[in-house]
Amino acid sequence: MIREILQNQEILLDIKNLILNFYTNRGQITALDGIDLKLYKNESLGLVGETGCGKSITALSIMRLIPAPPGKIVQGEIFFDGKDLLKIPETEMRRVRGGKISMIFQEPSTSLNPVFKVGDQIIEAIQLHQKLGREKGKRKTVEMLEKVGMPDPKDIINRFPHELSGGMQQRIMIAMALSSNPKLLIADEPTTALDVTTQAQILDLIKELKKDIISSMLLITHDLGIVAEICDRVAVMYTGNIIEHAELKTLFKSPLHPYTRGLLDAIPKMNAHKKELGFIPGTLPDLMKLPEGCKFNPRCPHQMEICLKKKPELEEVKEGHFAACHLYSI
Amino acid sequence: MNQILIETKGLKKHFAIEKGKNAAVVHAVDGIDLSIQNGETFGLVGESGCGKTTVGKTILRLIEPTEGQIFFKGVILLSLDKRELRHFRINMQMVHQDPFASLNPAMTIKRIIGRPIEIHEMAKGKEVKEKVDALLQAVNIDPGWKNRFPHEFSGGQRQRIAIARALALNPKFIVLDEPTSSLDVSVQGQIINLLVKLQKEFRLTFLFISHNLSITKLISDKVGVMYVGKLAEMATAEELFKNPLHPYTKALISAIPSTDIDSKSRRIILKGNVPSPTNLPPGCRFHPRCNYKMPLCEKEEPKLLKVNGEHSAACFLSD
Repeated sequence: MIREILQNQEILLDIKNLILNFYTNRGQITALDGIDLKLYKNESLGLVGETGCGKSITALSIMRLIPAPPGKIVQGEIFFDGKDLLKIPETEMRRVRGGKISMIFQEPSTSLNPVFKVGDQIIEAIQLHQKLGREKGKRKTVEMLEKVGMPDPKDIINRFPHELSGGMQQRIMIAMALSSNPKLLIADEPTTALDVTTQAQILDLIKELKKDIISSMLLITHDLGIVAEICDRVAVMYTGNIIEHAELKTLFKSPLHPYTRGLLDAIPKMNAHKKELGFIPGTLPDLMKLPEGCKFNPRCPHQMEICLKKKPELEEVKEGHFAACHLYSI
Repeated sequence: MNQILIETKGLKKHFAIEKGKNAAVVHAVDGIDLSIQNGETFGLVGESGCGKTTVGKTILRLIEPTEGQIFFKGVILLSLDKRELRHFRINMQMVHQDPFASLNPAMTIKRIIGRPIEIHEMAKGKEVKEKVDALLQAVNIDPGWKNRFPHEFSGGQRQRIAIARALALNPKFIVLDEPTSSLDVSVQGQIINLLVKLQKEFRLTFLFISHNLSITKLISDKVGVMYVGKLAEMATAEELFKNPLHPYTKALISAIPSTDIDSKSRRIILKGNVPSPTNLPPGCRFHPRCNYKMPLCEKEEPKLLKVNGEHSAACFLSD
């Protein structure tokens, strides 16, 4: 049913076969190895994976914020609203960045400029993308701060970042990101640096904002619990590839890829009675020395001969449920 | 059998911040009474800055407490002088949060694990080598790799090396300070299962410090919930999660993002932020954020009292 709704929806973001390399002194690293990802309008997509799998790099590529050198996009297209972001000139990209696509980062304390008042930082972002005077910009700032649940916004705008707690700083970041009414919000681990109770506040806020202000969102996280609460669809990444994606319930209830299954098993369940936790054997591979064939094969419990030779393609195994695994390609 | 191994009474650690005339004091640990039975795992949970790591370090006397007593199998730890303490530390070890920072990058792992054995003269020459091999095997690291340096290992492997080092002196008690929080989800289980296995094998007692409630529940027999320097609640792991009494514990448990997409239990959202340990609110330190605040809570500080059996809470509601 959800699929039917999605099919009728317009695609907002369409990443096609994106390959990104880093050229370092140690050699070449393929950080993104052919990413295909679609994000529909009014959808929240969760991008999940462990350290180094390329989820943040994907986000930075969309924003064209990959430092080059050492990074270089060698192939692929990123269509946003019908235009290939990789082909537009930098002047146009600056209007997209923070205007049509906004981003919030993991560590709010390093994302804010420590020597400017938080109000001025939001006003600057507003004036950059909208034709508003100083006074109107200030009014809009107060309005945005109210929307993100900031107590006493008129006082807050005159504060410096260090005077605010981590949770408040992240609220400032969210207010700033949403001030230009972006078509897409990219949230890169927005609650990872926060405490559990503050994380609950911010997740609650994001859920609330999703009802009217946030239209489409790409949420990057390593925490499947957060995805389960906020997202409509999930894509799982492993060493620079998307290895599975599906609608939220489908992915959690019947995961296909052995990596996704292992990841779900590795989360402690509150109702478990045994002193035992699931895990995936081995460790994440070094991107310099990736295994041949399927990159997950050394850790996979279902390893077959073909896995050592051929890299599996992402295929639609069941309706709307894609996986890159040889178990399903026979 | 059920002997108490570690006990603290009124444990306090206040740090003075130098700031001219009006020097402030951080009440990092503000009166902790806990006891850990031989062979059990005591989980200590709380948010960052609540003092859980300081509790672990003061128990080992890596930080000297301001006030209170610490007993190790009846021995008054604070009565030991420097030399005695150094020898006594054979019994108690620590595994730190970040295995990238806790292992000396200039030493081979053979040396990292072997040094404590040599310093305490637990073995000599070839015996040290054999012991290192056995320890590496116990933590599932190929002893053939013992001449390698820490940077050649992944995070999970490094944490296993740190555990092997902690085991080197056959301790009875190990403080595990967030041993899995810097690791990836897929390898976290490897470390947790290893710790459970080693606990049985070497009859170890653990103080497991964590901000992750679900992991703590899984590994612990008893759990204490800390809030700004004090225990808010303490019970067996099963009981605490089934029947939490303190409003803070309730909120903390409800705040865990759940992967169970069918049961969307209601989340309790706490207002505001954790108070600064330099400037504590009067009365119950949780009252400014509590959804059940009563007039009494602003005046008087609730004590950690036994509610039933092994379950105690510091809240006037459960009196």
